[in-house]
Amino acid sequence: MALNATEGGDHIGSYRTYFFIWAALMLLLVATIVVAKVEVSKYSVLLNLFIATVKAGLVLFFFMHLKYENWFLKGVLFMVLVMLASVIGLTFSDVWYR
Amino acid sequence: MVQAEKQRDRIGAKYGMWLFLFTEILFFGGMFLLYSVYRSKYPVEFHASAAEENLLLGSINTAVLLTSSLFIAVAISAVKKGNYRLSVILQGATILMGIVFLGIKAVEWFEKIARGIYPNSPVLDKMSMGEILFFGLYYVMTGIHGLHVLIGVCVIAFMVYFTLTGNITRENFSKIENTGLYWHFVDIVWIYLFPLFYLIT
Amino acid sequence: MESTASECESFYHEKGKYKGILSWLMSTDHKRIGIQYLVALLTFFSVGVMLGLLIRLSLIAPGTFIGQETYNRVFSVHGIIMIFLFIIPGVPVAFGNFFLPIMIGARDVAFPRLNRFTWWTYLAGATLVALSLFAAGGAPDTGWTFYAPYSIRAKANITLAVTGVFVLGFSSILTGINFVTTIHRLRAPGMTWFKLPLFVWTLYATGWVQLLATPVLAITLVFIILGRVFGVGFFDPSKGGDPILYEHLFWTYSHPAVYIMVLPAMGIISEVIPVFARKKIFGYKAVALSAIGIASVGYFVWGHHMFTSGMSDTARIIFSFITFLVAVPSGIKIFNWVSTLYKGSIVGSAPIYFALTFIFLFSIGGLTGLIIGSLEPNLQLHGTYFIVAHFHYVMFGGAGFAILTALHYWFPKMFGRMYPERPAKIGWFILFIGFNVLYFSMFILGYEGMPRRYFDYPARYFPLHLVSTIGSWILAAGLAIIAGNLLRALFKGPKAPADPWGGRTLEWTIPSPPPAENFVETPVIRD
Repeated sequence: MALNATEGGDHIGSYRTYFFIWAALMLLLVATIVVAKVEVSKYSVLLNLFIATVKAGLVLFFFMHLKYENWFLKGVLFMVLVMLASVIGLTFSDVWYR
Repeated sequence: MVQAEKQRDRIGAKYGMWLFLFTEILFFGGMFLLYSVYRSKYPVEFHASAAEENLLLGSINTAVLLTSSLFIAVAISAVKKGNYRLSVILQGATILMGIVFLGIKAVEWFEKIARGIYPNSPVLDKMSMGEILFFGLYYVMTGIHGLHVLIGVCVIAFMVYFTLTGNITRENFSKIENTGLYWHFVDIVWIYLFPLFYLIT
Repeated sequence: MESTASECESFYHEKGKYKGILSWLMSTDHKRIGIQYLVALLTFFSVGVMLGLLIRLSLIAPGTFIGQETYNRVFSVHGIIMIFLFIIPGVPVAFGNFFLPIMIGARDVAFPRLNRFTWWTYLAGATLVALSLFAAGGAPDTGWTFYAPYSIRAKANITLAVTGVFVLGFSSILTGINFVTTIHRLRAPGMTWFKLPLFVWTLYATGWVQLLATPVLAITLVFIILGRVFGVGFFDPSKGGDPILYEHLFWTYSHPAVYIMVLPAMGIISEVIPVFARKKIFGYKAVALSAIGIASVGYFVWGHHMFTSGMSDTARIIFSFITFLVAVPSGIKIFNWVSTLYKGSIVGSAPIYFALTFIFLFSIGGLTGLIIGSLEPNLQLHGTYFIVAHFHYVMFGGAGFAILTALHYWFPKMFGRMYPERPAKIGWFILFIGFNVLYFSMFILGYEGMPRRYFDYPARYFPLHLVSTIGSWILAAGLAIIAGNLLRALFKGPKAPADPWGGRTLEWTIPSPPPAENFVETPVIRD
């Protein structure tokens, strides 16, 4: 049952990958400002939250090495996010219908 | 056998840090819950107030924090490759970026306080309820986030010391790896705070 | 490796860097930390009991013994101490710390120094709470729930108390992190997930609840502090805030907290019943997984504390429905315990008396929970003594009796002494009678409409209040006998053998009390 010792933490991210991820993050930062300023549609807030999620995903998967972790951490992270979303959702079942 | 035990410990330490970050997600989650409820109640006021935020400073701060994340990530890889000199330099750069972030944040805060906008101020209390809540949330969320940045800066300062004294090595890098996880997490929180306070105009 | 002789010496004789009290406070040994927690918990429990007795005393003659404001402070402090200082840390920090590593065949928890740190933070939090009782401004009078906006305006020492609870929450989170990591990383070879003792399973589920619920409380308390210190009005209607949102956040933690209290208690019962029924537990996997089931469903039922708070009808119906779902895994546990007892050759030692009482009292608590979990009766009963009775049956009849079970079951292992059975059973009997007289009359009081938290009441409620108060005296007598018996055994009891009950889990394979590093050789678990 003991987990394989060569997983996750032994991964050494290459400087190049990190640099590309950083460049992508910067581009997304510019994109999110443009979306906000141009006001393409009433969905720009949602679009910006989507861009934020992509940025967060890049940080999580590459900077934080989540890509190289086992199912356990990925699964629990997913569970935590679902949980938080459900708590907010259940609260809104009150706020919206009050 | 000894080697195996050490390996186990390191993965355990990493699990511990991730678990801590999960608790942080829910800690900030409580604030995002308040934000989403009040924004749904006062959408117009929230949009109007967000226009008063300094978008330029906010964008610079985002870039600063993203770059600091790059620095600490490379610093950790450098430790794992045994390049301690590079690592120390980059850790120092991360600290510097953190301090710049806090400095810009302070400028934004003081600029608002100078205009009399702060919780419980006579100016703010005369504004509409949506605005009171928006600026209340602004101060609380950026404030608690800033506190996390400050803690991160202090922790990385210790990591610099540990790297210099040989306490952190390519065989024993749990401390700095976990510090990196924490720092990236703080970065992610800001990635969400930025659009919520600066871009919903 | 040290010599075998010194390794076999009990952890009480361990020679560390420090001497005297510091050898305890500075120790990273999970057993020493567990014992210290136990002492602190039982101390706070006694204080809480005293305050409870004072409430009952005041209620038979309102105004004679204490004034109205004092009454408010006394019931608030009773709640704060019992909930945050006794029953939430409760089983995990005392028995979990002591037995979790031993039961999975480890030498300590995953982060021993973090473990010591949680003990220190617990002490710091407890000190802050204690200060809030005596500092100028007066003890909190908000009830243990700190409902906003009153908690933000009240003159009493709320800030201090809330900071204390925040620190205690931090301690609880770190304990959760430590236990979950320990169970993942430090199981002995062969100790697969479905060979884990059931107590470990419940500690695992509890650890997750501690991790995922406590931060929500932390941020809620921060909002109160910010509201009081900086005037941030998130829950102040005059500033656009919504007080009901406070209740949402508060119960998002405080309902799962009920499972922090009760899940490990169920784990204790799942250990004790098979040992004394001389049978394997019936449906091991179902019992293990139902702990996870309770933990996950229990996260989404907080709204049933707020049916009368002005929540939307939609939310009330949704929360009422989910509340019924959580009864299913709890029911699974009860049925499996009873099935384990069926056709077992039950040994009538003291621990099984307490364990069976747990099943009985917890069932009453759980079934009345179904009554108030449905909307209609809840609207009638929510603000009454019915609720008080219900949660005392769950908290005291459940978690409290489980702690008494654990004390009697693990006493020989923890302290290396046996206690006499007879006084334990006499104490149990008196406690059982007192408990039901005290709290069952509250069900009737509540059903007849006696509102909770009131200082005074119409004369027609007097007889039942009197019965209830008399019950509180009987209960106190029972507790005193139990405590006296165990305290005496601590010093005068005969030496305990390694396995006095015929237990099968790993803690019974090592001497009583355990040696410093638990195992001379890491145990290997085979089928």
